[in-house]
Amino acid sequence: MISQQNVLSWATFFPLLGLGLIVLFAAVRSLAGLSKTALDQASRIIAMVTSGGSLACALAAWHWYDPSAAGTLVSGQATGVQLVQHFTWIKAFNIEYLMGVDGLSISMVLLSGLISFVATIASMPWWGGSKYLAMAGMTGHEDSHHPKHFSVRMVPGYMAMLLLLQTGMMGTFVALDMFLFYVFWEVMLLPMYFLIGIWGGPRKEYAAIKFFLYTLVGSVLMLLAIIAIYYSSHAAPLADGTMSSGHTFNLLALAQQGREGVFTHAGPILGFAFTKIIFVALFIGFAIKIPMFPFHTWLPDAHVEAPTPVSVILAGILLKMGPYGILRFNYPLLPDATAWAANVIAAFGVINIIYAAFVCLAQTDLKKLIAYSSVSHMGFTLLGMASMTQAGISGAVFNMFSHGIISPMLFLIAGVIYDRAHHREIARFGGLASAMPEYSAITGLAFFASLGLPGMCGFISEFMVLTGSFPTFMLLTIISATAVIITAAYYLWAIHRAFLGKLNPLYQGYPDLVWRERVVLYPLGAIAIFLGFYPFAILDVINTTLFGLIAGIPRL
Amino acid sequence: MIQENLISASWFRPELALTAGIMLMFLLDLAWKKHPRRVLFLTIGSLLFLSLAGVFLAMQPSAPRLLFNGMIASDPFATFFKWLFLAAAGLTVLIAARSTEFGRHQIGVFYPLLLSIVLGMFLMASAVDLLMMYLAVELVSLVSYALAGYRQGDRKAAEAALKYVIYGGVASGIMLFGMSYLYGLTGSTSLLGLGKALDGLGAGAMGSSQTALRVALVVAVIFVLSGVGFKIASVPWHMWCPDVYEGAPTPFTAFLSVGPKAAGFALAVRFFWSALAGSPSGDGTGALVVGLTDLPWPAIIGVLAAITMTLGNLTAMVQSNLKRLLAYSSIAHAGYALMGLCAASTVGVQSVMIYLLVYLVMNLGAFLVVIVVAQATGSESIDDYKGLGRRHPLSAISFAIFLFSLTGLPPFAGFTGKWYLFVAVLQNYGLPGGGWYAALAVVGALNSALSLYYYMRIARAMFLEAPVGEVTVRPHLAYQIMLGAFSVALLLFGVWWNPLVDWSQQSLVFLRG
Repeated sequence: MISQQNVLSWATFFPLLGLGLIVLFAAVRSLAGLSKTALDQASRIIAMVTSGGSLACALAAWHWYDPSAAGTLVSGQATGVQLVQHFTWIKAFNIEYLMGVDGLSISMVLLSGLISFVATIASMPWWGGSKYLAMAGMTGHEDSHHPKHFSVRMVPGYMAMLLLLQTGMMGTFVALDMFLFYVFWEVMLLPMYFLIGIWGGPRKEYAAIKFFLYTLVGSVLMLLAIIAIYYSSHAAPLADGTMSSGHTFNLLALAQQGREGVFTHAGPILGFAFTKIIFVALFIGFAIKIPMFPFHTWLPDAHVEAPTPVSVILAGILLKMGPYGILRFNYPLLPDATAWAANVIAAFGVINIIYAAFVCLAQTDLKKLIAYSSVSHMGFTLLGMASMTQAGISGAVFNMFSHGIISPMLFLIAGVIYDRAHHREIARFGGLASAMPEYSAITGLAFFASLGLPGMCGFISEFMVLTGSFPTFMLLTIISATAVIITAAYYLWAIHRAFLGKLNPLYQGYPDLVWRERVVLYPLGAIAIFLGFYPFAILDVINTTLFGLIAGIPRL
Repeated sequence: MIQENLISASWFRPELALTAGIMLMFLLDLAWKKHPRRVLFLTIGSLLFLSLAGVFLAMQPSAPRLLFNGMIASDPFATFFKWLFLAAAGLTVLIAARSTEFGRHQIGVFYPLLLSIVLGMFLMASAVDLLMMYLAVELVSLVSYALAGYRQGDRKAAEAALKYVIYGGVASGIMLFGMSYLYGLTGSTSLLGLGKALDGLGAGAMGSSQTALRVALVVAVIFVLSGVGFKIASVPWHMWCPDVYEGAPTPFTAFLSVGPKAAGFALAVRFFWSALAGSPSGDGTGALVVGLTDLPWPAIIGVLAAITMTLGNLTAMVQSNLKRLLAYSSIAHAGYALMGLCAASTVGVQSVMIYLLVYLVMNLGAFLVVIVVAQATGSESIDDYKGLGRRHPLSAISFAIFLFSLTGLPPFAGFTGKWYLFVAVLQNYGLPGGGWYAALAVVGALNSALSLYYYMRIARAMFLEAPVGEVTVRPHLAYQIMLGAFSVALLLFGVWWNPLVDWSQQSLVFLRG
């Protein structure tokens, strides 16, 4: 049933299947009078199973993907893409259902499957979760001061939204048709809005609409750019072997045409060069998602208000969509405009790194600190991407993966203490290490991984980016290297304030990690350490694709 | 003459069926005055006559043909819009049947009046003669005035009707004035001959007489445009819209927002393409320019589109009454659809058709939820939508789908419509002097983001905020089925819109000069 031809579709639509089942169950409940608890539990189990199924498919795809193979022929052309599924969808615009992975996307597929499953587990009140939730008064009667915990509030709706989000994310990473990509890209917005807006913190409405508006402005610009690209493209073969009439949405064919300079010769728009204006439109759309300074202000709000699993997905996967989109659209389609913009991208990357690191120093809220540290770390990806060196671009994508492992850990850690203490003010804690030793240890591990301690994946990615960008941007690299010190400062200071020193008697007797938290934190920690010692598990897969990508960018 | 009329009549059966329906429904209303099940019977009766018109419509040969000595055209373009009107009317009849806004005796008159509007819209979509155009517009307008003030003893309804009459009277008067100019210039009222006659005039005129000719023509076209603008509620002829939408009975508001608007667009397409297209070309770049006037008509319509959608969206943001909010949103949507018209290409016309079709479903759906909530709470304020997600999930979720679709988010059909509009506009930016198309597309795209804000205000009230008070929302089963069906349709045509494309493609055949 699941084969190499459709494994990506299964990975994408497994969660959607779960959504359908939950809706079915809800309908059955209203007709047959099932109890609310039964529906809640059923939707939890469905979410676990389908999200796990999606992860299994992602692992199968990872297993089947062969970095040394030349790739499946798509419409008779070698493209370096594997596990392809391909048929015509909407004939009038040559829109196709085209899914496939190359080295770049298979790493993101794996990350997406993994983090989605982690987030699903983190949404369950099982395995010891109820113990401290009851303690904090979060499961009982709901009022405005003590809202119920997100894991026990409107469960079927929550699980449905979480699954829809997973479908959108996975689809974005595997779609190789511009239109299909855009549909998945937009599908992510709605569930994210509701997940933040319904199950979020005190300022959830504001955070949710801000996230939505920022992203939508970016994506409508992207939509126009996509249409403009379509009308500047040449014909390409369709799934059935015939040539498309006039134009194409096929990203692989478009990449080919981009290398051949088709878009360089396209007519100008309002007097501006076509490639430059399209580059900017696409780039803004993706930069909002990264988020790149100055479009980053939605992120701290969204993170602070979002429930823990949603923060996990937001930091672990959604932020990766931005760089992924740039590498999937801007680099292959518009290589000359990419060369033109590289310096600016690098400069913005450095602003991200330095500015956000300093902002972190000023944070009093643990979650906000972690949110800004995400902004800072994503800056390394921008810098590495812009360097156009092999080490730089590999480091950039490796950084996406390693940040995708570490930042979910950090947000889970922030969630652990929030679930118990009901606040996240770093200064109000103190001496937690003596009350919760296991928690403190895993926090130390995550913090050190994030600040780039050798032996963990954060170090590898920052090291690679910095070595890669040094030949291209010497001054900028030196400036960004100083951020490593600031990063160490804010993390160590946070540990100092919250975990060391005399135990604040308020937090006496807090339960240490429960199994619900252990099952997500330990595997992530193990992956962070494993990749710190053996980064080639990822690098070997992504390198071929990435080296081919930068080889197509002209040197200015 | 008589023979021509008799032959034409056989192509006129859908309209004749409607005419019969109008007269019989009035009689049936009287006959069943005391009958306990009269609402049910009258509803079935109206639906029967609408279906009868549909059957005749389906039987009609698709070859384009002029009827009644060149007064109206029977062609696939008109047929497309006629189906759209029948669907709008049929759904409105179903919605009105369970509405509490009509008195027991009012409904019997509402149905035949609705059918007369449908007849008027049929004629609007197929009129190819200035006189016929005017008569059709007036038929739709006059009945609409009556229905706008249909809620008895309601000050707002009286205000709505009065405003509508005054605005409508002025607008159609101006339009008639413009038509008289056109007649004066060419000596013909036929749209089909207009283009050629104008070209001939331009070739013959010299010097100052040509200047006079130009001025007269510009004035004439702008005047005709004002009549169309009034029907589709575009700036600056939109002022009646919020008040009328608010004051009219909601089922009729729903109908008004989709039916006459679509008819206005059909009329506009015919007018501009028949009378003003210099040499229509099928390559998608047909120049919509009158050789005589140097005015760039597509650009003028483009500017109107940009202003209309921006004003509609900005004003909608501050509304707290749902009917007014949807009124401004419908102004904004007229602006979006104008983008397709200003593209002046076959794809542009196709995009308008697809957009109107999708808009029909999502806007009727949105108004249906307004009716459902108003029946439970007695009000249309946005505050009454708080917690609807918990009080009645089906209404809330389907309303959310309608709103997302109106915003133009995939995978809902509203995205399909908007996609086509943007495609039509962006196809043209490479034309000489067409750079402004790119700017218009950006304005349109940013407007979509703008509209998200107020649509999400409703979604926020429904899902994010706690319910106030203990009002139970229990819509009639028919309403629930309709809500579900609309949602499914929007979802379906959001991911699989080949049928829409094919149908509109086949309907692009229309008679022109």
